[in-house]
Amino acid sequence: MLTKRIIPCLDIKDGRTVKGVNFINLRDAGHPVELAVQYAAQGADELVFLDITATNDNRKTLVGLVRDIARHLNIPFTVGGGIGSVADASALLDAGADKVAINSSAVRNPQLINDLAREFGSQFVVVAIDSRQTHADEALAAGHMVHTHGGKQPTGLHTQLWAQEVWRRGAGEILLTSMNTDGVKQGFDIGITAAVSQMVNIPVIASGGAGSMAHFAQVFRQTNAAAALAASIFHFGEIAIPHLKDYLYAEKIPIRL
Amino acid sequence: MNVSIIKYNAGNIQSVLFALERLGVPATVTDNAEEIKASSHVIFPGVGAANSAMPYLQQRGLDHLIRQLTQPFLGICLGMQLMCTHSEEGNTACLGIFDLAVKKFPDEVDGLPLTVPHMGWNNLTQKKGPLMENLPDEMYAYFVHSYYAESSPKAIANTHYGLDFSSALQHRNFYGVQFHTEKSADGGAQILKNFLALTS
Repeated sequence: MLTKRIIPCLDIKDGRTVKGVNFINLRDAGHPVELAVQYAAQGADELVFLDITATNDNRKTLVGLVRDIARHLNIPFTVGGGIGSVADASALLDAGADKVAINSSAVRNPQLINDLAREFGSQFVVVAIDSRQTHADEALAAGHMVHTHGGKQPTGLHTQLWAQEVWRRGAGEILLTSMNTDGVKQGFDIGITAAVSQMVNIPVIASGGAGSMAHFAQVFRQTNAAAALAASIFHFGEIAIPHLKDYLYAEKIPIRL
Repeated sequence: MNVSIIKYNAGNIQSVLFALERLGVPATVTDNAEEIKASSHVIFPGVGAANSAMPYLQQRGLDHLIRQLTQPFLGICLGMQLMCTHSEEGNTACLGIFDLAVKKFPDEVDGLPLTVPHMGWNNLTQKKGPLMENLPDEMYAYFVHSYYAESSPKAIANTHYGLDFSSALQHRNFYGVQFHTEKSADGGAQILKNFLALTS
């Protein structure tokens, strides 16, 4: 049986891992390669590396770091941040990345999704969507809009419509982060995650808001998310991955032990 | 031991090289017929599309070469699919080493939508033969694919995703795995070790 994936996310800035609360006030959480290998040994199913300074500072993702990660890591990993062209993605593939995640560049140039899928296959293309519910009083997924630039810039795109569009254009996976729940540790955003994971026929990674082990069980029970991603709770040892996986297994969630 | 990795127009070669490096095994990436023939083990990895890979192999005569090889040979992911008879991906005639068809996963099974690609960790059942030795009973491997080789008595491992399919195959010296051994944690490394322990 296909298992639900647990994915630690390592936000990278200047070659180090960081995680902000609501994407602000960054804290240093260690060296990326060290953390990556440690997570793989603990049973992480996959890793995501996001170069969070790349878009804002127009910096290209460090291909050297990706190569170093690929050399040491025996599980799949995705790299995102500052990928704006087929050439950028190609350099990361050659360095050993299994997938690339594009976010702002896909909004700016949706054709990039088609181009990457045609060149490397859909399995290589993750579209990251940062979503924010702009009208808090509306029910569930309503009023969720796509934001870029670390969640700072509204795009005018409806999250659900954009999710469908990226799927149709050839994305192989969607990494969906709710800016409302991210960093708050009160649980994943069930409304938008359920809505998006029902609308598209590709895997959806739920992201933003994990604060307890029960939050993971909740998102897997109440949505069709194929994976759940978190950062700080893993980096600072608040939840150990082996404990989380034992817990989910006991809760009858399909999980790889 | 001298390991060749067949160089062609499908990605993922770097990951396989690194996986071998972690096992302390150097390998040569090559499309040179003499070099491939002279190697002790041949790995045929691949992430890409059957309908662009097959013409590439044919233009360079690699299709004939592969069929004639007698040393342990391992196709990974697209590599395994190309070793089958035919792929629905672009309606492509393949190498015909495994007498099986490669089909696209359906969008739905029994009225329920099936997410495609099949992406993530799934378990291997009915494991048999030398490639599958020394693995845990509950062996999970990492898969990423939209096409599958149909289930068969020739399978040395099976997996279920909407339907049963062959997740590993063997015919004589030819082995194929649908999952990514190089990305399947310790179990995947064990399968690579098992492959490297095979002799002609």
